[in-house]
Amino acid sequence: MDKFTKLTGIAAPMPLVNIDTDMIIPKGFLKTIQRSGLGVNLFDEMRYDRSGNEIADFVLNKPQYRDAEILVAGDNFGCGSSREHAPWALLDFGIRCVISTSFADIFFNNCFKNGILPVVLPQEAVDYLMDDASKGANARITVDLEAQTVTASDGTAFHFDVDPFKKHCMLNGLDDIGLTLEKVAAIDTYEKRVAAQFPWV
Amino acid sequence: MTAPKTLYDKIWDAHVVDQSDDGTCVLYIDRHLVHEVTSPQAFEGLRMTGRKVRAPERTIAVPDHNVPTTLDRANAQTMTEDSRVQVEALDKNAKAFGVHYYPVTDVRQGIVHIVGPEQGWTLPGMTVVCGDSHTATHGAFGALAHGIGTSEVEHVLATQTLIQKKSKNMKVEITGHLRPGVTAKDITLAVIGKTGTAGGTGYVIEYCGQAIRDLSMEGRMTVCNMAIEGGARAGLIAPDETTFAYCMGRPHAPKGAAWEAALAYWKTLYTDEGAHFDKVVTIRGEDIEPVVTWGTSPEDVLPISATVPAPESFTGGKVDAAKRSLDYMGLTAGMKLTDIKIDAVFIGSCTNGRIEDLRAAAAVLKGRKLAPGVRALIVPGSGLVRAQAEEEGLAQIFIDAGCEWRMAGCSMCLAMNPDQLAEGERCASTSNRNFEGRQGYKGRTHLMSPAMAAAAAVTGHLTDVRELMTKTV
Ligand code: SF4
Repeated sequence: MDKFTKLTGIAAPMPLVNIDTDMIIPKGFLKTIQRSGLGVNLFDEMRYDRSGNEIADFVLNKPQYRDAEILVAGDNFGCGSSREHAPWALLDFGIRCVISTSFADIFFNNCFKNGILPVVLPQEAVDYLMDDASKGANARITVDLEAQTVTASDGTAFHFDVDPFKKHCMLNGLDDIGLTLEKVAAIDTYEKRVAAQFPWV
Repeated sequence: MTAPKTLYDKIWDAHVVDQSDDGTCVLYIDRHLVHEVTSPQAFEGLRMTGRKVRAPERTIAVPDHNVPTTLDRANAQTMTEDSRVQVEALDKNAKAFGVHYYPVTDVRQGIVHIVGPEQGWTLPGMTVVCGDSHTATHGAFGALAHGIGTSEVEHVLATQTLIQKKSKNMKVEITGHLRPGVTAKDITLAVIGKTGTAGGTGYVIEYCGQAIRDLSMEGRMTVCNMAIEGGARAGLIAPDETTFAYCMGRPHAPKGAAWEAALAYWKTLYTDEGAHFDKVVTIRGEDIEPVVTWGTSPEDVLPISATVPAPESFTGGKVDAAKRSLDYMGLTAGMKLTDIKIDAVFIGSCTNGRIEDLRAAAAVLKGRKLAPGVRALIVPGSGLVRAQAEEEGLAQIFIDAGCEWRMAGCSMCLAMNPDQLAEGERCASTSNRNFEGRQGYKGRTHLMSPAMAAAAAVTGHLTDVRELMTKTV
């Protein structure tokens, strides 16, 4: 996983609430057995018409947002399925950070496993950044994970909270499985204990 | 004396392998269910790192999302190339890593969340995960069950644990009794209608109250299944005699002395008097009506007697979302829900693909015919459900009514196989998601109970099933 430390980039505004995983990556693209290559189909049904032509007024099709690295989105972003294809598609497109008032639980976790930072901010802050993002490519937003701040193009900064363990893994690009395997002795001990206590499990 | 605990607290505590100072835990996983869509990259990850599946005996794999539901499906040619690649990858991975496996040709094959309980893999007090959000279903047994992403699937395969932080406790109480014609599906949709799709974010929900106790296991699974649509990590129902009776004798349930020991433990799995909940929602069972969804979010729920709402009646970002929904759904504010005409009916999915659901649909369809121009797909949740429905004569009722009687799988719940809505087609569906494009590109989904879907099938429009219940045919 790539590290995430500090990012300054173009932010695309997506004010719609409840943007679900079927919108982010429709199921037709879940048949891949790989992680990469999903970026062209990110938001497929909102982005292209049935013949595969771009829909001009979809935000990521606008010239100023084609290189967006940040999304500022409406409430409850990523609701729906557990498909990790959603963060894979975002990442493959080049999105490294999503800012919203709330995220669906599984999507939120999946982001951290893929080096995408989901930032939760209060409504006023998201509204402010949504406005900022609407100004186009000149409005670059800075996300600093170390300092836990998001800074709008005019210098207005917002503090966000992040789980310390997840922050540590993101800053260092750590692989969870490797970390857990360091605790294999504790897992062995647990398994022995429950084998006696709950033999039917 | 220890502080009173919730059911969630008890299951959680029994599975903590290691806890860091900041509360991050390594949580042991008792059952890991695997399907073909979210697992290939995880198995590939194991291969690339030279890791093994730590506990293959706790890992159960079954293909369900992609598989065709037509009778000729044993012939792999009926699958599209990319679906076949995914199903074959599961086949290969299940064998190579030595996990339990139910291939398409096995009568026990079906939707992963139906197969797990049916085979006795899911038992009270367990932790159950799957790379699928509707893992919440298994919470009906008093098991802590939730969906995970593919990276976490790999993590569980390699370590049999997950890194987790505890969620908050939420209690959803349904008091009293349901009225006739009102079912578990109406309960779970009514709850989401009340709390919203983000209302449960950060929580594990425990459903309780008389109306929940009165439900069969099938009904309880329907309720917990959609905890995820309410944003919750998991839904739970404390196990009781109904649960124990369901589990007894299942192929992988304990037997003899082990059963007795298990039972003694399971009986301790309830929320202690005075335990703390961070949030409480109470709904009177008598107040719940048969409901349907009108929009493209599961929170867009209304009683069937209502009219399509005006976007202006909402606040904040929901105003635009409702406009978009109505446009997508081809509906105008103010029209009666019962005036909405349908083209298709889908009865199935991990929400409502169990025997009781098929019985409820058959009770309405018996002696009746599909409305002209309506097509209906009845897709049992597993091969065993299918066999039972045939034995009970339900299949014949469906066929006589003009429905298609299919093989088991996810089918039109997410339309990854050829079972899809055509553009603009409108469907009365017993599944769990009405998102844009969920059942097919530009398809329109109204969620409801099996009885309500069957009622729509015979009238050709959304219908209050209670009207058909009073008429005899
Ligand atoms: S039936 Fe639908 S919701 Fe359930 S597992 Fe299959 S696709 Fe997912």
